[in-house]
Amino acid sequence: MSARKILVPLAAMVVFLALWELLVWVMGWPNYKMASPSDLIPAFQRYWGLFLEMGWQTLWRTVVGLLLAVVFGVALGMIMGFSRTMRDALYPLLVGFNAVPKATVVPIVALMFVGWHDFNTVLIAFMISFFPIAVSVSIGLSTLEPEYRDILRSLGASQATIFWKIALPKTLPEFFGALKVSVTLAFIGTNLMEIVSPHGRGLGALFDSGKTNSDYPLMFAVLIALAFLGIVLYYIVVALERIFAGWADRTV
Amino acid sequence: MTDDPLIDIRGVRHTFRTASGPLKVLDGLDLSVPEGGFVAVVGPSGCGKSTLTRLVAGLMIPDEGTVRVHGAPVTGPRSNVGMAFQNPVLLEWRSILDNVLLPLEIVPTKLSKPEREARARRLLALVGLEGFENKRPSELSGGMKQRASLCRALIHQPEVLILDEPFGALDAFTREDLWQTMHRVKEEEPFTGVLITHDLRESIFLADRVVVLSGRPARTQFTLEVPDTGRRTLDHLYTPEAAEMLNTLRHQIEIAQGRAPAAQAAE
Ligand SMILES: Nc1ncnc2c1ncn2[C@@H]1O[C@H](COP(=O)(O)OP(=O)(O)OP(=O)(O)O)[C@@H](O)[C@H]1O
Ligand SMILES: [Mg+2]
Repeated sequence: MSARKILVPLAAMVVFLALWELLVWVMGWPNYKMASPSDLIPAFQRYWGLFLEMGWQTLWRTVVGLLLAVVFGVALGMIMGFSRTMRDALYPLLVGFNAVPKATVVPIVALMFVGWHDFNTVLIAFMISFFPIAVSVSIGLSTLEPEYRDILRSLGASQATIFWKIALPKTLPEFFGALKVSVTLAFIGTNLMEIVSPHGRGLGALFDSGKTNSDYPLMFAVLIALAFLGIVLYYIVVALERIFAGWADRTV
Repeated sequence: MTDDPLIDIRGVRHTFRTASGPLKVLDGLDLSVPEGGFVAVVGPSGCGKSTLTRLVAGLMIPDEGTVRVHGAPVTGPRSNVGMAFQNPVLLEWRSILDNVLLPLEIVPTKLSKPEREARARRLLALVGLEGFENKRPSELSGGMKQRASLCRALIHQPEVLILDEPFGALDAFTREDLWQTMHRVKEEEPFTGVLITHDLRESIFLADRVVVLSGRPARTQFTLEVPDTGRRTLDHLYTPEAAEMLNTLRHQIEIAQGRAPAAQAAE
């Protein structure tokens, strides 16, 4: 990676923070309306340990929820991709499930598993993020041109061989496209639950405590921390995509 | 070439069960290809030509009739078949060389890894793809992809090569180039071939027998033997003999399409 690739986005970020600071200063907004970047530094300094701890909570719950979503989504996608009947049966159900706004599910799950912070947070992260994965895998598999199968099948290859040698790798670009959407969704799911769940942990709970204590710079600092974590997670997926499905990139 | 048919299709009938009811595709199909022979099959669009290739490859079993290869009834896929389609279906995540080597990962082979690679490289050189071994399929033109696909179909030395409109999507010049490549390949790597095509000039240039199928449901309507004129060049397509063969075939296709009355076929 060239220095340019790091410097350009970094410069953009500095410009963004400067504009933010300027805006708050020009408008003369008090802290409770809009904190400025310079107010955030003391907040980070004061709660440094908390940020690390809560950030870690949010991170691992998101990742575990996402991993579950990958396993379940790929399995479901395979079932729907290989069997027309299953696709016809499950698709409307899935769409309906996905259409329910997760903000309404969060309080229900929070009540159902009250006290099980880790479990209900991971559950929401999982529920909100498996849909794109299942759909992309099923579409990837069901749109595989029959000639791809025939080439191997005419040589006596088993269905499993066809899956490993052709169907799976061919679906990887779609899978990673969906994973980029899912990682952000899982992150949103984790935070929704952390904010709603009483005595919860994670960055969402830190945000909530900032709200209760009217500590506005803390709330904004949490937002920045969330943005940072979100970026890290997203680019991890991008890196994995480069490694496993880099061949699909025609621009290089 | 001996007279024993390597591929022998007798009285094949087949009906697909589709959402809109049964669809009869083959009805009384006979076809035989001697060992080392190269038969072209032409016929109206949708008459059942690809279905015929799937029968020979053992990818499906007909409702009625027999398909034999080497005298033994075809009951399922056998590794002695190589296939190439209009869509070259190369695997984008593999290099050209690894694409060509794919069948050897399925079919048992006595060749060692270096021997396999050497064979793949030789085939690629034969079709004019020397130097492209490490390229990705997306870096190749349509004609080059088709050449690579041909190498993949031949790498495991199949007895039967099945080509389903392999040059159908190519421009006329590239197609003629590939016809000549086919002759070169057949000299170096003898095979028994079935070629499905829509191009009558292609059929008489490449094959030694052309079979015309009727419209759906397909049966064998007409067979034309292409006289052996030794090494063929494109000039052969512009001789009076070729013009006459093309005329006969065109007329047969019109009958198959139902555009000319069958009675005239006797002329
Ligand atoms: N698996 C299948 N199930 C149902 N119908 C099928 C199936 N395969 C082919 N058909 C139908 O059978 C008919 C013959 O198909 P086939 O592909 O053999 O024709 P073709 O002669 O190769 O056509 P083309 O010239 O367009 O390549 C078509 O009407 C097709 O829609
Ligand atoms: Mg066809």
